Order: sequence, then structure tokens, then C-alpha cells
Amino acid sequence: MKPPGKMRSAFEKGGRLERFWPLVDAAETFFFRLPVRTAGGAHIRDAYDLKRMMMIVVVALFPSMIFGTYNVGYQFYASAGISADHIACMLKGLTVIIPLYVVTFAVGGAWEVFFALIRGEEINEGFFVTGALIPLVMPPAIPLWQLALAVSFGVVLGKELFGGTGMNIFNPALVSRAFLFFAYPKSISGAGVWTLTGDRVVDAYTMATPLHLGIEPKGDIITHLSANGFDFWRMFTGLEPGSIGETSVIAILIGALILIITGVGSWRIIVSVFAGGAVVALVCNAFAPSPASILALPAHYHFVMGGFAFGAVFMATDPVSAAGTNSGKYVYGFLIGALTVMVRTLNPAYPEGMMLAILFMNLFAPLIDYTVVQLNMKRRVRRAAG
Amino acid sequence: MANYRLKKGYDIRIAGEAEKFIERAPLPESVGLYPADFYGMTPKPLVEGGERVKVGTPLWRDKRRESLVVTSPVSGTVAEVRRGERRVLGAVVIRTDGKQHVATTAAPPPKRVSSSARGDIIGALCAAGLFPLVRQRPFGTIADPQATPRDIFVTAMDTAPLAPDQGLIIKNHQREFQRGIDVLAVLTPGKVHLCADGGPGGDSLFDGVKNVEHHRFAGPHPAGNVGVHIHHVSPIRGAGDIVWHCTVQGVILIGRFFIAGAPSFEVTAAVAGPAAARRRYVEVLAGAEISSFAGASDAFPSARFISGNVLTGRNAGADGFLGFGDNLVTIIPETKKSVFLGWLSPGFSLESFSGSFVSRLMPRRRFAIDTNRNGSVRAFVATGIYERLLPMDILPLFLLKSILAGDIEEMEKLGILDVTPEDFALCEYACPSKTDIQRILRDGIDLVLKEARERE
Repeated sequence: MKPPGKMRSAFEKGGRLERFWPLVDAAETFFFRLPVRTAGGAHIRDAYDLKRMMMIVVVALFPSMIFGTYNVGYQFYASAGISADHIACMLKGLTVIIPLYVVTFAVGGAWEVFFALIRGEEINEGFFVTGALIPLVMPPAIPLWQLALAVSFGVVLGKELFGGTGMNIFNPALVSRAFLFFAYPKSISGAGVWTLTGDRVVDAYTMATPLHLGIEPKGDIITHLSANGFDFWRMFTGLEPGSIGETSVIAILIGALILIITGVGSWRIIVSVFAGGAVVALVCNAFAPSPASILALPAHYHFVMGGFAFGAVFMATDPVSAAGTNSGKYVYGFLIGALTVMVRTLNPAYPEGMMLAILFMNLFAPLIDYTVVQLNMKRRVRRAAG
Repeated sequence: MANYRLKKGYDIRIAGEAEKFIERAPLPESVGLYPADFYGMTPKPLVEGGERVKVGTPLWRDKRRESLVVTSPVSGTVAEVRRGERRVLGAVVIRTDGKQHVATTAAPPPKRVSSSARGDIIGALCAAGLFPLVRQRPFGTIADPQATPRDIFVTAMDTAPLAPDQGLIIKNHQREFQRGIDVLAVLTPGKVHLCADGGPGGDSLFDGVKNVEHHRFAGPHPAGNVGVHIHHVSPIRGAGDIVWHCTVQGVILIGRFFIAGAPSFEVTAAVAGPAAARRRYVEVLAGAEISSFAGASDAFPSARFISGNVLTGRNAGADGFLGFGDNLVTIIPETKKSVFLGWLSPGFSLESFSGSFVSRLMPRRRFAIDTNRNGSVRAFVATGIYERLLPMDILPLFLLKSILAGDIEEMEKLGILDVTPEDFALCEYACPSKTDIQRILRDGIDLVLKEARERE
């Protein structure tokens, strides 16, 4: 496993292949907890490190990944009018998911290695999470070459140009998705892209996502949704068309639980995203002209539709692009939730507001933190004077 | 009496607490003092190799405040005056002669301790080399004998990992402690604040101490840090707002000097840590060779000897010396083995503040933590961990960033005057990016201190 001494020394400082040292280093730190000793400062260090933290996020994504895989297959067979068993659904899903992940990690990983070699730095494990996230926010029918472009854009422009993991202002996975949204809107918006279909689509199958159906409901919005098969529980469990990982709120909540218990994800952000969404939904409900308006959609429906839950749990909580202060996190989360529901209800031309709301708040996170810091300084001055 | 209950912080579950009995250590063959233990002093050596010294003979003095000297804790011969980079004084090592002759001093402690004798008291403490037991905030330097402190804080608790029991340190020295308090009370126009452990393990020996204002602090580490006490009782108001502080051991040594009339540097120290043999308390001289009273257990052929605690102590080496002002030697195993896919392990035997290891479910278990850094150095990530470990109204991440940016004004506004590196040691322990946080803080304090001294 460990490169033998002679070979390894060629990569070390002064060796022939010194330039490629980050590769050896990445392999070593990936496979081993190395006996590197503390020097200066604290003599002991917590067993926890960034790599562990990233892995916890990936583990928290597993339920969504597994359910998403199943759902891709399920929707495929449902659209063709074939009744398939669970194993068939899972296998069909795998034929879609595996290529997506292979492309994402191959392209993203290549960029990471490339930048690490240029900088002569260690390879960061940050791409683990970005790479695990990207396929989950894609429609299942996304062409692989478009995915490759999106991953490149997300990693290079979203992260590496800012200096790598820890320096980026936007969430790289969302940058990838935003790139697709603006560059290839046909692949990632509209009503027809959220199910992988075969040659034949039966009439009984609803291609559109609940969010699309909500734009112009015929009659009472909730009745309209359930008439198309989207009652609350179906959307909660997730057997519906949509981005691969976002449909099942149950799977997402399991992930949320893992993130919160381990302390990896900020409960402050998660809770306040839902709070912000709920408050704006309640205000909209109060002003809804008729029960047939999307303004009349209750808050708990917003939570289970589209990428709301997935964004709140896995995207908004990215510690690098979120607000860094504890009180700032409440504001940051609240505004994400509020903006999302606002976009959904007041600008139905684009029914999903989550991605843009998070990117927008990524941009404002430093300003929120700045305000919190200024208030802290003022409080400290007052306290010292008094 | 005021009670403070702090929630933030963490007690690292490290194994190897010292057993609660005191033994007398033999007189060491050699004693060493490191100028690095006296932050804020610029040492100018007063002795050379081969010179004979007695207890209380000055070894070096401060360049800025000439009355401030560090004296020998033993009588014997100077074996070595170690120099470091750019000939900076690194250590003075003295070979003991076993006689413990005391140097005659021109400034004996005054018989009556009253505010009219303040100048004489400071003069006597300085001449005996006991004044460096008093430290100063802001910046955590050795106290300036020319300053008048607003208040003096006495820290009668220590929450650091495997910290010595302060009750055991004071147990046989209560009279000396009270006398030391009375001496300190004269040095300030303000109050002497005695901050003791208000938790279930707190010691009632401090309840009867007079001439002080009592405070009780309860909570996990760093609830016992003097910086936390000052921050909560009466915070530093600016670079010129001077507060002195002293440990229980320091107060005892000062009191003893005023009772006996001659300086003595005998302290009570704990020997602790997962790799330590014979964990116990010893009565030993400040600066004593660590090998004269502590050793590693045979099960750990490679061990690190730390003077002080695992978070802030100095790596002394097996042939090193007990630091001036230290009451603890911690011995921990050096890390050796690579662990295959170590970062994936469920972590039954790994200590962590985070909730990401199974060990979280075993709050009473103690771990033989070794010196592994447990990860590679990465960029800062705002994980929110520091905020949970610093029980002060300070935004740790932003203070650190202002230091990295070298912005002195910002640093002061964000609270650098309230802290020293030890207050951030726990953040350093738990930092998933393995940042050297204490180093950053030291750099920041160095910078602000330099500017403050230039303004003088």
C-alpha cells in the first residue's frame, strides 16, 4: 500500500518526480492515518479532521443516494407503464447513477489533482462532498458531456479560482447546477426532463414535477396536486419525478439527523431555513386571492416539494460558503427559506427557488458576518466602558 | 461571593490522572531555567559557566526593567549557559551541591506588611527572584514592577487536562497562602479576587481565606483560566488597564518568603499522563530535572515529557527541566503506527470533541491519547467548533483572521487584550484543520505588545 522507500524518495523534495509529490501524499493520507507528530502548541489533537468531516457528509448523503437510485428506476418503469419489482428498479437506477458518479469524480478529481500539482499543495478532500452532491442535484436524463462541463465549471470557477477548499464564496455543487441552468436550460428546466424515459410514455404517467403543476393549478391547489398523484405523503416519501437526490424527504431527514448529531451540519441553519420558508408561506397564504393560486400552498407542502429540504440540509449548511457567526447563521438560513418561497410563489416562471436563494445568500454571508462582528465590537466597547 | 456557571468548553478525556498523595522528591543533580517561561522579559545573563551560585543569586535580568531578575532555586555551580539562535539566552543549567546555601540579599522582606511598605515589598520580591511569579494582563507577560495594577486575580483552580488538584497544593501551606494574599493585597489599590472551583469537585480549603473577594467558577475547561475569570469578573478595558494575577503556588512561595525571610522555590507538582510511571504528587524544586522525579512507564518506550499540561506545556524531553511556575509534568506516548484507513474507523478508542466517533457515547471512558496530529493542515473552515470552546464574548474565528491580517486596531476591538494563547488551546486541540492557533495568537499578542511598548 505504502510506496516502498526507493520509489517514494523519488517523489520527495529534491527527487526526480518531486512535482508529483501531492499525488503520493494524497494516496498516503487517504489510506492511512499517518503517525505525524504534533510540534509546538498543543501536544495532543482531536481525532477529528476535515477528512472525517467530509466523510460524515458523504455518509449522510447515502440514504438520499440509495433512494434516488431506486426512484430513477421506479420512475422509468412507471413512465413506460411496466410494473417492475424493487430489484429491477434498483438495477435500472444504477445504470444511470454509476455513469454520473464516474464522470463527476473523474472530471472533478482530475481538476483537483491538476491544481494541487500546480500549487504544490496537498490534494484537498473537499471534492468528496462536492462530487457526492453534484449528481444528486441533476435530473436523471442529463447528458454526460453536459455534466462534465458543469463539474469543470463548478470546481474551477466555483472553487479553485478562489484558492481551493475553504476559500470559495459559493457552494461549488450549486455553481455546477447554476451553470447548467443558464447554459443548457433545456436539460435542467421545464416539465419534461425530470424522468428518465424509454421509447414509450404512458398517458397515465405525470412527467411534470409537483412544482410545475403548482404554477397554474386548475381549482384548489392541493386537490389539483393530489389529482395528479402528488399528495403530501407521496412527496414526503419521494416517489416522484425530480432531481435524483432531492425527492425523498425521509432520506434527507435521516441525513439531517446524522449531520446534526455529529455536529457537522449547523442545526441553526437547517432550522432557520424551514422557519424562513414557513413565515413567508404563511404571509402568502394570508394574501392568496383564491385557493387555486400557488400563494395558497401551505408551508409543509413547500418543504416536501422540489429541492427545499435537500437544499436546507446539504447545501445551505456548507460551512465554507455559509455565514460563520452563530447569530449570522440564523439570519442566513432564514433568508434562504424566505427567498425560496418568495421565488416559488411570486415568480412562478421559474418554479424552483432553492438553488438561486442559496447562491444569493452565499454572496451576502460575508455581509451578515460583518454586521454581527461590528455589533460584537460595539458591545465589547460598551462593556469595557461600563 | 459570586458564582459563575460556564457552559462552553470541554474536558478532554485523557487517561492518567495523578494519585492524590504527596511524596518528597530527592534533591535533583541539576536544575535548569528557561527564559521562555518568562514571557515579556528580554533576558541579559548575569552568570557564566563555572560560576558558583546560591539560592537567590540572580541568573539574568530584564533589559527593560533592570530590577526584574530571575534567581537560582539552588546552590551549586553554573554548568551551562545555553544560547539559541542569534545568541538569545536559551537556558541556564546549574549543578547542585546539596547544601542549599542562601544568598544574602540587600532587600529583605519588610516585617510589617502595610501599604506604606509597598515599595519595599516589591523591591524584596524582585531581589529574591519571586516577582516573576506575578503575571500581568493584558498580554500575559511577567508583571511590570513599576506598574500599579487595578486588581489582582488569584487562580485557585485549574481545569486543564490532568491538572494538579489545587486543594492538594495548598493543603499543608494554608498559613503561607494567607500571608501571600496579605502581601498581594498591599500591591493593588483595588481588590484581590480569589477564583476557586465552584463545581462538585471544588475544595473548601479556600473558603476561609480572608482579605479577598471570593468567586466560584464551575464548568468545563477553560473555566479555570485566569483570562476567563478576568473576562467575567471585570474585563480589561484597554491596553493600559493593568491587572495582575498569580497562581496558588505563586502566592504560597511569596507568603513563605515573608514568613521565613528567605526565598524558597519548593513547589508541589503532579506527575500525570497515560505514559507516566508512578503517577503522584511530589514536592520538588522549581526547575528540577524531570528525570529526578518522573519517568515513563516501560510499556511506552517512546514518550513525550511535557512540563505543564498537554495543551500549553513545553516539550521538555526526557532530560529536560520542570518549568518555572509549572505544577505538572505530563507524560504521553509518542505516536508511531500508521493506521490503515484510520479516518474511516468508528473510533471506539479515539478521543474527540466532535460527535463523529463512537467514543462520544462513552463519556466516562479515558483515553491514552498520543502525540498524533490526527490529520493534515488545511485552510480555516468555519465549523463553529471554536465558538463552543471559548466561554467569552469573543468571536474566535474573526479574532484569528484579524491577527493573520496584522490589523492591530481590529484585534483590540475583537478582544485580543482579554486573551492569551492558553485560552485558545482547546480550540487548537479540536480544530479539524489542525491550525496552530496558539502560535497565531502569540504572534498577534507579540505585535500588539510591541506597539504598546513603543508608545511608552
